[in-house]
Amino acid sequence: MSDPSTAKTRPAEGMFARLSRARPTKPGEIYGVPGQGNTLWLSVASIAFLVFVWWLVTAMQWVKPLFVPPPMAVLDKFISIWNVGFTGTPFLEHLTISTARVFGAFLLACVIGLPLGLAMGMSPVLRGIFDPPIEFYRPIPPLAYLPLMIIWFGIGETSKVLLIFLSVFAPVVLGARSGVKSAAIEQIHAAYSFGASRWQVMRYVIMPSALPEILTAMRIGIGFGWTTLVAAEMVAATKGLGYMVLSASQFLQTPVVIMGIFVIAIIAFAFDLLMRFVERRLVPWKGRM
Amino acid sequence: MGLTIDKVSVVYPAADRRPPVEALSKIDLTIDNGEFVVALGASGCGKSTLLNLIAGFLSPSSGKMVLDGTPIAGPGADRAVVFQKHALLPWLNVLDNVAFGLQIQGIPKSQRHAEANKFVGLLGLDGFQNSPVYKLSGGMQQRVGIARALTCDPKILLMDEPLGALDALTREKAQELILTIWNDTRKSVFFITHSVEEALFMGTKLVVMSPRPGRITHVFDLPFSRKFLAGTPARQVKASPEFIHLREEVLKIIFADEEAAA
Repeated sequence: MSDPSTAKTRPAEGMFARLSRARPTKPGEIYGVPGQGNTLWLSVASIAFLVFVWWLVTAMQWVKPLFVPPPMAVLDKFISIWNVGFTGTPFLEHLTISTARVFGAFLLACVIGLPLGLAMGMSPVLRGIFDPPIEFYRPIPPLAYLPLMIIWFGIGETSKVLLIFLSVFAPVVLGARSGVKSAAIEQIHAAYSFGASRWQVMRYVIMPSALPEILTAMRIGIGFGWTTLVAAEMVAATKGLGYMVLSASQFLQTPVVIMGIFVIAIIAFAFDLLMRFVERRLVPWKGRM
Repeated sequence: MGLTIDKVSVVYPAADRRPPVEALSKIDLTIDNGEFVVALGASGCGKSTLLNLIAGFLSPSSGKMVLDGTPIAGPGADRAVVFQKHALLPWLNVLDNVAFGLQIQGIPKSQRHAEANKFVGLLGLDGFQNSPVYKLSGGMQQRVGIARALTCDPKILLMDEPLGALDALTREKAQELILTIWNDTRKSVFFITHSVEEALFMGTKLVVMSPRPGRITHVFDLPFSRKFLAGTPARQVKASPEFIHLREEVLKIIFADEEAAA
């Protein structure tokens, strides 16, 4: 970024000069592509810096450990909960049950939502029928309809999984629905000109071309699922990561709260990396034709 | 036999307080078997509308169209379309793209690959069977599109500015390739272009169209593609006095239309 050779050839225009004019690229790059460049090392440095600030704040005792426990305390807590469990349940069981709730709801949302979304994209009848209810509930925070879920479906697994399901369902449906529009009209016409039926156009042209948007929608959907996990485990749960975080907060066990947050973040991030890998394998042509 | 278009009109209904638009007005056109018909005209003259009619994507407001005795009602495998771009399927490799029409018709995989391979070879794409299409150059992608159209053995090829996105050199090579293949396969062709030189060089019949309403104003019989196929080099054909004379004549017609519009 501070290459002296370019600094010499260009007059200084203040710190915003880079915003007003792009510099010529190096060979092998494309001029003007927004946001190109590798971010891995910057990300590593950014994480290291945040951890360092965290450590510094606690080591200098600027805040009480009750509010921000030191990194080592969180790590110690993790090891002890890993060994002896939390509220009598092994840590892995908390982890498994939450993961099962989120992924169960996610799978269900994909199995129902993806076909429904594709069908809504294809058929004005289905779009007319299903658009209002989905658009109605979509912006409502899950916490607002949690009481209803409990009144209707009790305090068992059903209401928990259903709450997560609903939060994943809307983005998955919307993604599949708008993915239907990804196919170029020429691709569709080509298929029809070979005598394709509507179903064949759907199967061989529209569905493959919707795949990039569907994968993106799935990534967004599972994110909503993790977001809703804690809400789902608020009532009458005795196991799960969300339950762990909530009950630890009631006993002011801040290290457990932070640790739970980290565990959720790491699982969610790992799954997102997996999805990105799947995306590269499945749709290497994304945005290239 | 061949394609007969009889007094076909297309009228777009009135909308937004604008009067109805007559995109095509009483078009009469025949394309005999093995004929190479090129449509040329100022923008808005209805060439693409005409192609969409023949392809069956659009139904005429009046008039009728018959291909080898069968009225045209909707798209069908007897009429293959080659598009300007965006028509290949990037999730399939070259061979599967070429075999796509046969896949639609339910031909088993080994059989359709064998058939597709003939046209892959004919279009000079040997060795690229397994390449992803999005990594090919524009010229090669267009050859994949032509191979795909030919694989289904259509009666007529409908080409909608197929070379419009190519650079000048690739374009001239592609013109020669298309003519050679047309000569080998003896298909009828309906070809749309914006380039007068391309139109004169490739067609056996040139149809000049005018806008508002879209109609056919002139028809020329063309000798130039046969000269090329008889062995005269393409540049020599295009530099001959007859060619240049006709080119200027056609340009004059089109410029007059453009000026009338401006």
